[in-house]
Amino acid sequence: MSSVATHPDHGAHAAAKPRGFLRRWVLTTSHKDIGTLYLLFSLAMFFIGGAMAMVIRAELFQPGMDFVDPYFFNQMTTVHGLVMVFGAVMPAFVGLANWMVPLQIGAPDMALPRMNNWSFWLLPAAFSMMLVTFFLPGGAPAAGWTMYPPLVLQTGMAFPFLIFAVHIAGISSIMGAINIIATILNLRAPGMGLLKMPLFVWTWLVTAFLLIAVIPVLAGAITMLLTDQYFGTSFFSAAGGGDPVLYQHIFWFFGHPEVYILILPAFGIVSTILPAFARKPLFGYTSMVYAVASIAFLSFIVWGHHMFTVGMPTAGTLFFMFATMLIAVPTGVKVFNWLATLWRGALTFETPMLFALAFVVLFTIGGLSGIMLAIAPVDFQYHDTYFVVAHFHYVLVSGSIFAIMAAVYFWLPKWTGVMYSERLGKLHFWTSVVAMNLVFFPQHFLGLAGMPRRIADYPVEFMEWNMVSSVGAFAYGAAQLIFVWTVIQCMRGRGKPAPAKPWEGAEGLEWTVPSPAPHHTFHEPPKVV
Amino acid sequence: MEGFRALNMPRGATAMSEAVYDLHMFVLTICVVIGIVVFGALAYSIAFHRKSRGVTPARFSHSTAVEVVWTIVPFLILVVMAVPAVRTLLAVEDTSGAEMTVKVTGYQWFWEYEYLDGEAEGIAFYSVLDEASDRARRLGSETDPREVEHYLRDVDQPLVLPTDTRIRFLLTANDVIHSWWVPEFGWKKDTIPGFINEAWTEIGEPGVYRGACAELCGRDHAFMPVVVVAKPPDEFRRWVAARHDTADGETSVAGR
Amino acid sequence: MSNETHTPYYVPEASYWPIVGSFGLLGLGLGAAGYLQGLAWGMPVLLLGAAVTVVMTVGWFADVIRERAAGLYSPQMARSFRWGMIWFIFSEVMFFAAFFGALFYVRVFAVPWLGGEDPATSRFLWDGVVLSWPTAGPGFLDLDFTPMAAWGLPAVNTLILLTSGVTLAVAHHAMRHGRQGRVLVFLAATIVLGALFLGIQIYEYGHAWRDLGLRPDTGIYGALFYMLTGFHGLHVWIGVIMLAVMLVRVWAGHFTAGRHFGFEAAAWYWHFVDVVWLGLFLFVYVL
Ligand code: HEA
Ligand code: HEA
Ligand code: CUA
Ligand SMILES: [Cu+2]
Repeated sequence: MSSVATHPDHGAHAAAKPRGFLRRWVLTTSHKDIGTLYLLFSLAMFFIGGAMAMVIRAELFQPGMDFVDPYFFNQMTTVHGLVMVFGAVMPAFVGLANWMVPLQIGAPDMALPRMNNWSFWLLPAAFSMMLVTFFLPGGAPAAGWTMYPPLVLQTGMAFPFLIFAVHIAGISSIMGAINIIATILNLRAPGMGLLKMPLFVWTWLVTAFLLIAVIPVLAGAITMLLTDQYFGTSFFSAAGGGDPVLYQHIFWFFGHPEVYILILPAFGIVSTILPAFARKPLFGYTSMVYAVASIAFLSFIVWGHHMFTVGMPTAGTLFFMFATMLIAVPTGVKVFNWLATLWRGALTFETPMLFALAFVVLFTIGGLSGIMLAIAPVDFQYHDTYFVVAHFHYVLVSGSIFAIMAAVYFWLPKWTGVMYSERLGKLHFWTSVVAMNLVFFPQHFLGLAGMPRRIADYPVEFMEWNMVSSVGAFAYGAAQLIFVWTVIQCMRGRGKPAPAKPWEGAEGLEWTVPSPAPHHTFHEPPKVV
Repeated sequence: MEGFRALNMPRGATAMSEAVYDLHMFVLTICVVIGIVVFGALAYSIAFHRKSRGVTPARFSHSTAVEVVWTIVPFLILVVMAVPAVRTLLAVEDTSGAEMTVKVTGYQWFWEYEYLDGEAEGIAFYSVLDEASDRARRLGSETDPREVEHYLRDVDQPLVLPTDTRIRFLLTANDVIHSWWVPEFGWKKDTIPGFINEAWTEIGEPGVYRGACAELCGRDHAFMPVVVVAKPPDEFRRWVAARHDTADGETSVAGR
Repeated sequence: MSNETHTPYYVPEASYWPIVGSFGLLGLGLGAAGYLQGLAWGMPVLLLGAAVTVVMTVGWFADVIRERAAGLYSPQMARSFRWGMIWFIFSEVMFFAAFFGALFYVRVFAVPWLGGEDPATSRFLWDGVVLSWPTAGPGFLDLDFTPMAAWGLPAVNTLILLTSGVTLAVAHHAMRHGRQGRVLVFLAATIVLGALFLGIQIYEYGHAWRDLGLRPDTGIYGALFYMLTGFHGLHVWIGVIMLAVMLVRVWAGHFTAGRHFGFEAAAWYWHFVDVVWLGLFLFVYVL
């Protein structure tokens, strides 16, 4: 990125924060406070979804039904998936965008600050609706996070609550995305051309586009579920001339771009952190931008790879297989550019860097198993087994979640004004990375050996690796408590005061404002030269 | 400790499953090699390009030549993977030339098998989780699943098929989507209510092949195994004859 | 961003509307869910949620109009609104794309498969069934319904909606030239045409329901027909409200030849609804 000349902020009005809890946190229009709200909400959801994962892993520790009823197990799996995807990872990225995009492009706030607040406050509404279903007769939804009909239509009282919860979460995402796009397109400081934007901003621009393009499609799909259930329509019923597989097509037209929504901002984060701790500019900035755009484009034409076993015409299978494999090319470009960024740098290994490096390795493992899944004739074996579960946790846990962790450690000094404890951060990293691999690497073996996913109980020969996986899961869960403690300490202001730019090699406008970032920044846009 | 050895996909019992296994090993090997190269380069940087060794960072930030290389080489690798993949796919999808047809119907939570043609025509029965497993799997049952032989792997009446015969399956479901899967055959296929899917197999070795329902289908999704007993053709014929003799071939699924 | 002089970007003060709006939508969602499950509190909560949402919408827009009148909005702010509206409309396009996708999939794949395009397999489930579009599906063959004819009222309705697009374009043109009288006349005409469209649509629904035996539960054709036209109708309704508000604002002299984004946004929305109808008319009625 280009070098930057700033204008010191006018101290007087910059410091003033609104008084009172209500005005500060509920009625707020400040992108920073809303960003904090998003991040805290996401953390809460990560724990709720994680607690469900602990129930899953406890039940799967050994064969036999030990703790829960199989139907409750299915509820755990389903709500775990929904909460993690829509409640933990997406809001975390939106929170990071809220905090960092205006700071990185030199904007005074988000383009539409009031709507920004609405986007956030819809999330508690959506997820309280989703989680309250546990207390309804019949319990929570249990048909998988993919909500396939006809099974999902057997959901009891929870059904319409699930549909409307997803609708509201979707409205929140769309508004959030519109806001981010408008901010990036319209509020850049003078001189900040599109191809001068930091990569985090770029990846979010593309992510926001994906969100606006596919969340409404999900809304359409679940609306059809709703009318099939209550108004007698037959979209997904063969007797009436519909097709259950139609739902899958529509869902995955949303679903595949969705998984890139869950990873593109992570790419942006890693592209920010690696150069900072390698003390060397990002390699291949322009091709990084084009790679993100290509991935986004391809993501619209690969959805069929989730449905190889539904009995598509062979031509369709071939098309989806080829298109999916192609994604390895732009993703490879990103991985190789990261390697070249590190090459002959001067690396140091603070916590954000450790998470970013682990991301590169572990995401690549997940990506390579993705390529294996893309090969249709072998996916006939892999599909709906723990091999798939292993694949997507490598890209989601050691991908999205690790990138989020890296980002939090990287920008925490800017947000709170104090340095986190490097010792605890490193402890968190090492326990997480070891435990994470213990949980999910053996799941590759289980899947290949024939263990289907979404099962509450399994034959005896799968016991050993399941035990390893479960032990790893408890360790991973416990490790996250270190993270929470570290963050709380910073939020309470315990720690070394952070300078405006705590990282030697970091670049970007956010490091030109003091730490913690004052309530108002860039009222006068900085000049980027 | 036996279970730790379950690491990889089975080679299976059919020519097709072997082709699938070989393709799997081929793709896996390529991916492992790519992984080694990528992680090797990363490890090198981490080991040698660290600040504590007093290096001064280089300033380079692009090189069109290497970028072209690492766009084209992965593409070529993909082509190398795609060629055998297409060949295997076309073989799997070609359901023509069947000598025998079996219709499979998924129910919550058991299977129905109907022999549609040939000498076995008219035989039809349900296939339900065996009782020993069913008792042991209950929440709070006193039985340790490890004591049950073939826990969750056995049914009351397995599907009996002849070896060395090209068998076509017509798959459908009665309520929700299920998926019929025997890993040893090398494929799984969803059973979709109101529609028929096709698949085929030709079993090489006699034996008992065990699989499971592979699509979430509600509470007892984990408890609807698939068991296929493959017999040489003449033994299969004897089984068919015996089957025709005992009653009408239909067995109830009492209590379901 | 070439001009170097800077007018500060307006960041509004803390506002109650977002949290009120969240409670509104929560009420709507909970209430609708409860109502669908036959719970007694469903309808009251639904109505309460709707009321709160309406109050929120009115109040929020009133704030925006006040702030604009106070001169707080810079041209840059107007660009933010523009981007916001454009991407909002794009999201609506994708919402309709889901239903159009369903329509194409059903017509190109599902119905032929069920109807014996490959008789070797489908005869096991739907023996002897022959299907052609429009259909109620192989399970409801005894259902008697008449599909909606294209060249009666629906064609008239198409003309009405197209005309409304033209009148709105004229109003927009007049707006750009500061001819307020003309704007009022043509905007009012647009609203009347929109309302007329809705009226005819409602009449047509009655006709389909009573005389043609066409209902949402008449298999896939009925389902798609009501889903597509229903959501379109809802959007026309929203569009009419937007235009009506704009009529009042034109009347009140809020807009000038150079600054009339509210009006423009409503016009974009209306044109979008127009285009969706064309697709609908073509693929649901004609073909
Ligand atoms: C962050 C989320 C994320 C990401 C990034 C990805 C990335 C990819 N995914 Fe994954 N996927 C999921 C989340 C994700 N996935 C989820 C949640 C599911 C399950 C959903 C469900 O059913 O519940 C799933 C399921 C899934 C399936 C369906 C499996 C099944 O159900 O049978 C397939 C099949 O093709 C697939 C493929 C891929 C591919 C090819 C990529 C590619 O993008 C990966 C590309 C990356 C690389 C390849 C590595 C780096 C590249 C190089 C080093 C270059 C050289 C490499 C080669 C030449 C090969 N994924
Ligand atoms: C971003 C998304 C995301 C994330 C982060 C995770 C995180 C985890 N996931 Fe999950 N997962 C999905 C997305 C995600 N998952 C999806 C989409 C599915 C598919 C659902 C479906 O099939 O429909 C799935 C399914 C899934 C399964 C398969 C279930 C089945 O098929 O029946 C399993 C099984 O092991 C699993 C495990 C875990 C574990 C152990 C974690 C861990 O990383 C969680 C760690 C976090 C915590 C544990 C919380 C923090 C700590 C505490 C609460 C403290 C207390 C705990 C202790 C002291 C032990 N997940
Ligand atoms: Cu049947 Cu799962
Ligand atoms: Cu995908």
